[in-house]
Amino acid sequence: MSRFIKVQVAPALLLAGVLAFVGGAASAQTLTNIGRPATSKEIAAWDIDVRPDFKGLPKGSGTVSAGMVVWEGKCASCHGTFGESNEVFTPIIGGTTADDVRSGHVAALATNRQPQRTTLMKVATVSTLWDYINRAMPWIAPKSLTTEEVYAVLAYILNMAEVVPDDFTLSDQNIAEVQKRMPNRNGMSMAHGMWDVKGKPDVKSVACMKDCPATGLRSTLPEVSRNAHGNIALQNRPFGAVRGVDTGKPAATLAPAPALTAPAPVGTAQAVGPNAMTLAQQNACLGCHGLKDKLVGPGFAQIAAKYKGDASAGAALAAKIRNGGAGVWGPVPMPAQSQLKDAELQALAGWILNGAK
Amino acid sequence: MRDNCKSGRIVRAPENFVAPELAHDITKDGLSAERRGFLRRSFLAAGAALATGAAGRAAAQAVGEGDPAILALPQHSRTLGQAVAANPYGMPSKYETNLLRRESPGLTRVSQASVAFTPLQGLFGIITPSGLHFERHHQGWQDIDPSQHRLMINGLVKNPKVYTMDDLMRMPSVSRMHFIECGANTAMEWGNVAVPTVQYSHGMLSCSEFTGVPLSVLLEDCGWDKKNGKFVLAEGADGSSMTRTIDISRALDDVIVAWGMNGEMLRPENGYPLRLVVPGVQGVSWVKWLRRIEVGDQPWATKDEAVHYIDAMPDGSYRQYTSIQECKSVITTPSGGQQLLDKGFYNITGLAWSGRGKIRRVDVSVDGGRNWRTARLEGPVLGKCFTRFNIDWVWDGGPCVLQSRAIDDTGYVQPKINELRAVRGTRSIYHNNAIQSWKVAESGEVANVQVY
Repeated sequence: MSRFIKVQVAPALLLAGVLAFVGGAASAQTLTNIGRPATSKEIAAWDIDVRPDFKGLPKGSGTVSAGMVVWEGKCASCHGTFGESNEVFTPIIGGTTADDVRSGHVAALATNRQPQRTTLMKVATVSTLWDYINRAMPWIAPKSLTTEEVYAVLAYILNMAEVVPDDFTLSDQNIAEVQKRMPNRNGMSMAHGMWDVKGKPDVKSVACMKDCPATGLRSTLPEVSRNAHGNIALQNRPFGAVRGVDTGKPAATLAPAPALTAPAPVGTAQAVGPNAMTLAQQNACLGCHGLKDKLVGPGFAQIAAKYKGDASAGAALAAKIRNGGAGVWGPVPMPAQSQLKDAELQALAGWILNGAK
Repeated sequence: MRDNCKSGRIVRAPENFVAPELAHDITKDGLSAERRGFLRRSFLAAGAALATGAAGRAAAQAVGEGDPAILALPQHSRTLGQAVAANPYGMPSKYETNLLRRESPGLTRVSQASVAFTPLQGLFGIITPSGLHFERHHQGWQDIDPSQHRLMINGLVKNPKVYTMDDLMRMPSVSRMHFIECGANTAMEWGNVAVPTVQYSHGMLSCSEFTGVPLSVLLEDCGWDKKNGKFVLAEGADGSSMTRTIDISRALDDVIVAWGMNGEMLRPENGYPLRLVVPGVQGVSWVKWLRRIEVGDQPWATKDEAVHYIDAMPDGSYRQYTSIQECKSVITTPSGGQQLLDKGFYNITGLAWSGRGKIRRVDVSVDGGRNWRTARLEGPVLGKCFTRFNIDWVWDGGPCVLQSRAIDDTGYVQPKINELRAVRGTRSIYHNNAIQSWKVAESGEVANVQVY
């Protein structure tokens, strides 16, 4: 590497209380007294990555059955009981076959039989799953799983995908064997020009300037999408060369241009009980509940509607938040929120029953 | 497509003092006596032009004795203004409430792993205001105390080291302007037209001046293994601890460990207090809240380079480690969802950029790609940075299709969507750098279309 940072760094002399800079020849200086050695404990604490050759993989193991317990307690609420859910994230399981496990190519990727491409259809390297679960899962409490739990839950995922049998124990000793059964292990290519800045582009167009081949209108915005992003009139300045189209109305034909909407306040702040809203954010409630609509669990406004006029709902809801549970709104369990204090539970419950406004 | 724009009927857009409902009624039913009376009163009050007569008829710009905005001295010319530092951190005018970062409804289901798009339709020049820089997080954003932030460099280095922000900001720094584009920008348009405006079709895109220390200086300081070090891993300090592999030759070239953005510290949503800047490469590699760089001899195949940010090919295979954002451009005004006010002169303006170098030329067509004219490039024209282009246009009122086509200094020509699909199919999500088409209707309404 020839890059050479030239800096002017000069020793400072303290003369009669005045800093005077001397020297100053343009020359690179060593970065004296900047940074310090990392300790081995610090490196161990942060260097958690696991590579495809399993460098970095800690020793340990976990069974499919232990993994099922982890899954149902910490994963199923977002990913579904069988890893098939498409409600919160794209599905993890599905679309792979025993033939794929043999060939290392997921056939459905070519046939497009599977409408939604799942994680197991795409991922070529089992290390990727171990590394990601360990560093970033569960969603609202990343890095909280033990090494044994990561092995176990990965064993369970691989079992659901029929890569390993029901009685399997995944460990650092046999994970390389599992790699040889990954359904899409041969599905990746690096034969392209988009890694190297000097790589060769795969598409070559030419810049015709005059009387170029005739073109045609191939696709237009569906009418249903016209107003799907809100009123575009409010997403452009109300002055200048153009306006935003009032997409609340149908497209004009030859009639006068659509009436322009006067500038209106955008993003008006909702009047929220600040404490309850803050609590909801800090405790990741909004990861699963929308203020209005269902995400994983019911929207807060939906809860408010259901218990409207029920005087005992406040205490019941506070208990529900603290203890978690399932059944009222569907089978997906809500984890217990035992970290919340009584006053916080009451504030949250009251706010939710008031429509989270 | 049509060779030329045919002339159509032009109408002046009603001014804002006519309520939208009333304007709509007039459009539909014409003027009743009652409406006529209301309009006359409005007209006398505001004195500006308005549509009169039957629907579709061009209105005269009636000025009378003059514009009240001139004749009646406004309040702001007759009163004492506000004191300095009334806003210690300055904010946009209260009239600038429409251009905001916005989500695309239904694109993602969890707002912590989502995108907020930059409103390109109303921005000027090549620098994106920091508050409008697009957002893309993988597990929510954090606002990290800089006094507690650390950068570790380890792996194939002689001296694994830890740096504080104090350490980093003492080092020899550089300031460089670069674009950042998400690999999934324009993803929704691989198949058909799906979104109404340039904010949603191209708004995972921003450009800033970044200040920081070249990664090469840090790697040198730690004594990286020049024989065996082939790749580096960048890792974030947030919950997702996002990781991406970067080739060592690129890491040593122009990658910056940055704390500054547009003259101030990075915004929290953009990685405060420290992020990686990987010029020309998709945004996911610009790891935010950067906590660690590891030197290694193999790529890592992390989640965001083994499950996501891989390019689906028609034969069912995936291209892995596609990184470069190839040459691309888009007209930002007039663009989808905008309304031309009248026929006559317009400045067509837009942005061009290339992950492989500088923009050499931008051509613009107003007839759906049959004929092209070369646009003016505004300076400075920098490598791996936005270039603003402008070209004069007189709209004659007929239907048109506007397109721009960029060429970079490698000679690469921005392709049409059908040329991309011929090689990559339609199942890809990433790296759609196709020519964008905007259709101008005779009503002056501009809409997102695909024309090829």
